[in-house]
Amino acid sequence: MHALHIRQLSKQYLNGPRALEHIDLTIEAGDFFALLGPNGAGKSTLIGIISSLLNKSGGSVEIFGHSLDQAPQAAKSLLGLVPQEFNFNVFEPVLAIVVNQAGYYGIPRRHALIRAEAVLKQLHLWDKRHNQARNLSGGMKRRLMIARALVHEPRLLILDEPTAGVDIEIRRSMWDFLRTINQQGTTIILTTHYLEEAENLCRHIAIINQGRIVECAPMADLLGQLTQETLVLNTATALNQIPELNNFSLQKITSHSLEVTVSRHQGLSALFAGLKQAGIEVVSLRNKQNRLEQLMLDRVQQQMPEVAT
Amino acid sequence: MSALYRVGFQTILFKEIRRFMLIAVQTILPPAMTTILYFIIFGQLIGERLGDMAGFRYVDFIVPGLILMAVISNSYANTVSSVYGSKFQRYIEELLISPLPNWLILAGFVGGGVARGVIVGIVVTGVALFFSDIQIYSYSITFAVFILTAILFSLAGFINAVYANTFDDIAIIPTFVLTPLTYLGGVFYSINLLPEFWQQVSLANPVLYMVNAFRYGLLGVSDISLSTAFGIIFAFTVALATYSLYLLHKGVGIKS
Ligand SMILES: Nc1ncnc2c1ncn2[C@@H]1O[C@H](COP(=O)(O)OP(=O)(O)OP(=O)(O)O)[C@@H](O)[C@H]1O
Ligand SMILES: [Mg+2]
Repeated sequence: MHALHIRQLSKQYLNGPRALEHIDLTIEAGDFFALLGPNGAGKSTLIGIISSLLNKSGGSVEIFGHSLDQAPQAAKSLLGLVPQEFNFNVFEPVLAIVVNQAGYYGIPRRHALIRAEAVLKQLHLWDKRHNQARNLSGGMKRRLMIARALVHEPRLLILDEPTAGVDIEIRRSMWDFLRTINQQGTTIILTTHYLEEAENLCRHIAIINQGRIVECAPMADLLGQLTQETLVLNTATALNQIPELNNFSLQKITSHSLEVTVSRHQGLSALFAGLKQAGIEVVSLRNKQNRLEQLMLDRVQQQMPEVAT
Repeated sequence: MSALYRVGFQTILFKEIRRFMLIAVQTILPPAMTTILYFIIFGQLIGERLGDMAGFRYVDFIVPGLILMAVISNSYANTVSSVYGSKFQRYIEELLISPLPNWLILAGFVGGGVARGVIVGIVVTGVALFFSDIQIYSYSITFAVFILTAILFSLAGFINAVYANTFDDIAIIPTFVLTPLTYLGGVFYSINLLPEFWQQVSLANPVLYMVNAFRYGLLGVSDISLSTAFGIIFAFTVALATYSLYLLHKGVGIKS
């Protein structure tokens, strides 16, 4: 079953750019899907069209088999959205925002209050239920939008940068929360600029750049395509000079750290053996950048038009 | 399906009513205050010297127009500010993303405008009864004109809000279009007093038909035939409702 099926979707903003170019995208029910891409790539535009907040210029969207054009009520009732920008009435109390949203999905008030209590408690906002939304902190406002998107129990949840400006602790609890509802059957689509977030949570990934999907694959396949990784090594003692090691190019970064690029076929044992011989003891190591980051940069750069010199 | 429509409509309507009741000092009290002033100045001080108009004491003659004027400006103000506010803060997206059909969203906003028109109308009628001495001629006509007018101007406010891009845009139409139309719509005089030419010009003003039909309902006199008046009010209501739905369907001013 497809949770989302998009065919040839295009968007030309009036007096603006062509933001989407014939996008085809299919997302299976139950998936946890990352939609990645640089600023201005067209992620929010795509999400806006799926959520009926923007007019499309061409193409079609189906949500769980229901066409947005032909069966909008069925399609829309299955979707929940956490938009990138705050879009609630800041003068309204938290509880009213969530309960009213339930009302827009036909959930009677008595029932809506029960559901609102449940989602607000899950997102640690129950204590704030009588506060006007403008009095919440930035992270709380994001969680309010998540609560609002979940109150009608959508089968497809789309989150447009839900963790932007959210502290580490809450981000982690949001990850746990999203994992849980995904395990319970909610299909999730997420955009984020924190690539480790996508790597941790998502099983499939699409990279969009300049309105086109330039990569769409299972996360594991993509990470498997990485041919080399750059590592940062911290050493026990100060480095006097950079050792010469066959096949490895080492670079000194600080007095106690080195950078080295390792191809997949080289393996780490040879590196450590060589360093040991040179009298350098490594106490810790980490990836210089997130693994997805390199991949993203590659895909996006391939696409960039040649810059005239 | 029917639960969706019923609950969805109620939710929008109650939210709209709550919105203007919370700021009753801005929404309900001012029209009561202005009406009191109108009655003191035009009804008592000036009206005493004017003699009868269309066979009624002047103070009684202006009652229908004053009530309707309050209904017009409040129904309009309610939808224009509510819809523009929801566009400005983007919470109209809560409705756009929901499965509620456009006609129901429109009905919800219009319902809110009508509710404010009704509440203000009742308050102003209470004030009017204090100053004047009128017997309602026909309840059914009074009620029908009252509700139709409230619907018509709620729709007009909706259309204004859809096109508005700044707070100025929602102040311009009420000040430069709505107020002149109501003042020149026979609230304070019978158009029979006007020279022939200006009588004809007045007939182009839709508010004239509403004020006269409402006056017929309350007092039993009108400058315009009742069927013409109803025909025109009805035609305008249908035209504005159709146009509003078209705007919502296209997403004009709301969806890029
Ligand atoms: N309302 C609008 N009118 C005109 N152009 C727009 C509008 N919204 C977005 N755009 C343009 O469309 C393109 C895609 O924007 P979009 O918001 O979809 O990017 P994004 O991938 O979500 O970026 P970000 O990561 O910064 O949120 C950009 O060039 C942007 O300037
Ligand atoms: Mg975006």
